[in-house]
Amino acid sequence: MTGISNGVTAGSGSNPGLGPRVPPGSWSRRTTWIVRSVGLAAFVGVAATVWLGLWVTPPGETMGNLVRLVYVHPAVAWIALYVAFGTVGIASALWLWPRTRSSFFDRLAASAMEVGTVFTGLTLVTGSIWGRTTWGVWWAWDARLTSTALLFVLQLGYLALRRVPSEPDTRARRSAVAALVSALDVPIVHFSVLWWRTLHQQATVLTPTLSVKIYGSMAWTMLLGFVAFTLLFFWMLAIRMRSAAIEDYLDEAGLDSVLEERWAEGGVLGVGGRAVHEASVEDLETGARAGDLPLLRGGDAPDGREAPGKVPVEAGRGVEP
Amino acid sequence: MPPAVRLRAAVALTGRFPALAGADLIVERGEVVVVQGPNGAGKTTLLRFCAGLLVPSSGEASVLGYDLYRERQEVRRRVGLLGHSSFLYDDLSVDENMRFAARAARVPVGDIDDAAQMMGLGGRLQRTAVGRLSAGQRRRAALAVLVARRPELWLLDEPHASLDAAARSLLGDLVVAAAAGGASVLLVSHEPEASLELATRVVTMAGGRVVPADRVVPADRVVPAEMGSGANVA
Amino acid sequence: MWRDALLVAGKDLRIELRSRVVLNQVLPFGVLVLVLFALALGPGRSTLLQAAPGLFWVAVLFSSVLAVQRSFAIEATDGTRDGLRLAGLEPAGVFLGKAAAVAVQLAALEIVLGAGVVFLYGAGVRSLWGVTGACLLATLGLAASGTIYGALAVGLEVRETLLPFLLLPVVAPVLLAGTRAWQAALSTGAGSAGSLHGAGFLGGAGFLGGGDPWIGLLAVFAAVYLSLGVLVFGSIEEAA
Repeated sequence: MTGISNGVTAGSGSNPGLGPRVPPGSWSRRTTWIVRSVGLAAFVGVAATVWLGLWVTPPGETMGNLVRLVYVHPAVAWIALYVAFGTVGIASALWLWPRTRSSFFDRLAASAMEVGTVFTGLTLVTGSIWGRTTWGVWWAWDARLTSTALLFVLQLGYLALRRVPSEPDTRARRSAVAALVSALDVPIVHFSVLWWRTLHQQATVLTPTLSVKIYGSMAWTMLLGFVAFTLLFFWMLAIRMRSAAIEDYLDEAGLDSVLEERWAEGGVLGVGGRAVHEASVEDLETGARAGDLPLLRGGDAPDGREAPGKVPVEAGRGVEP
Repeated sequence: MPPAVRLRAAVALTGRFPALAGADLIVERGEVVVVQGPNGAGKTTLLRFCAGLLVPSSGEASVLGYDLYRERQEVRRRVGLLGHSSFLYDDLSVDENMRFAARAARVPVGDIDDAAQMMGLGGRLQRTAVGRLSAGQRRRAALAVLVARRPELWLLDEPHASLDAAARSLLGDLVVAAAAGGASVLLVSHEPEASLELATRVVTMAGGRVVPADRVVPADRVVPAEMGSGANVA
Repeated sequence: MWRDALLVAGKDLRIELRSRVVLNQVLPFGVLVLVLFALALGPGRSTLLQAAPGLFWVAVLFSSVLAVQRSFAIEATDGTRDGLRLAGLEPAGVFLGKAAAVAVQLAALEIVLGAGVVFLYGAGVRSLWGVTGACLLATLGLAASGTIYGALAVGLEVRETLLPFLLLPVVAPVLLAGTRAWQAALSTGAGSAGSLHGAGFLGGAGFLGGGDPWIGLLAVFAAVYLSLGVLVFGSIEEAA
């Protein structure tokens, strides 16, 4: 993770619109190398898991071929619920903490949530397939699936909130708070749904998800699946973060041109300015009374931009009874 | 004492739009600075920025000595903004609005009746729900709330809008009294005849920046006669 | 912080006393939800009785979304929260104050809806302590999480649609815990249903060391979101 950060943070300064920037997407050579190796390892690992899972390992004793889901489902669920949500929560907290605030953590949280949502979706799909063949229904209100579904909605909510157009800092702030709210909800949802299942209908409680006897090659394949999907997650995260950095860069590059346009608006001076100036020149000519009143003393323009020798843009306040 | 407003190349975004695009401005204590400029020049944003409602994107910015990057909370407590919307609770009476504002700003509430009286909102009007007031009375109520808060920096955005002649002269008195009491006033106005007589200094904004004085276009270009008369050249 | 909280809560409740939006609109809406459930489930007493705790809490959740929206609508002049921010109050105080005001309104609403459950569905109260305890803690949790999200959504053009989507999944544990706690505390009909729930509940309580897990969960929920709100409300205010 730290290797990824090196290249990406360099791509965006904390001051949008000003200062030179390294073009984004230009990871350092070392970072590129790390990301590529992680990606390669992830693909090899997933391919090996597929091969081992489908051809090498035996079918389950009671579940038959369905047992092969055990190589995918727990690994995917582990990433969705713990790795992704953990990353999002920590990154969001680090963004909110003023000392560690950096757009890197905002991108990290957003990317981890996005990739995590994909994994949550996969968890739901694989879990549902499991349920269909085990219990004969697509959805059995199993504790873990139910809490996963709630978290899925939480994630979608976060992404919807993020999609609301706003200023980068505002969006980051809002998203970070929403992420913390969701991340804190994860354990609460987990326990409430678990108790909800186990305290209700104790007698008919269904077999816990995927409690299969694991041995030999199955254990190794499962372990490989965990490692492979974890690597896949981090690889996707790195890629997503790079594109997020590029998006930020484009926004900021856009800002540069908007700033110039904005300045150009002022190139032709405003009508109001001329009118005021007109008035103040008259004032000076007729001996304006700036300084007559105590409150007007010290009203000289301290603004450095107002060069000496020029007509001061001041107007006296007429003294009226 | 630090200046009331100190901006150096301050940039502030509204959405993705740099409404303030590198503004330089210094307002000393006791000054009454009138801000002029065409529509969209960034005048209202300048006031909102100085009120601590916007986060600076870059540049230096401090108000009453408090940094706008870190200490907006302190700034907000000490400034008073009269905006386009009145920031009043329609369901509460003028009196309740004033009391809430004063308590929130940690200012004693003793002279609230006087302030309401002064703005012509004494007696029955003081106990009337703001939602039932006329536009002009609402404006007066907003001013009364401002008075109750005793700000160190007054930020007035088109304060003359929907005020009658009596209220306008009241506003003038308020501004003068505030400045005399050491507070500073930043006033945005499209009505020079009403505001120029209050000003100790006039600055012009255009394109999100405060136009340097040496770049103000000479007087022979635009001369709307009625604007010149506002300077009270008697 | 407490001073500002009192100030804000007092202001919000006074506005509610004057405008009576929650009383005249949100409360009838909650009762309407109870009636609609009855229409959907049919007039059978036993079905309604069994479902009563859940229906009550669903009605409370829906109403709390409206109460939170109202709480921030009064701050939104022109769709922003400038007024409240300009007031110069401490963010933590604003959070506690607004949450307290929402909680008071929700508590009043729950009393009426609870009476509605007894009256419309014919439920009897077995343990008043259990009913009120669950209500109090759930109300705190709902008010706290609702105020956080209400403040997050207040400046957004899409707040009416976004707020329920954000808030309801977060408060799902309150629905679960509130419902189970109420099932234990209400006599939701004689016979199989009641005893089944009672047995399940007691079994669970024994399993968790004799404590009441649902009340505990509601307390944890309230504590977590009250603390989070106090910590991050300053950040939310800046995001308006």
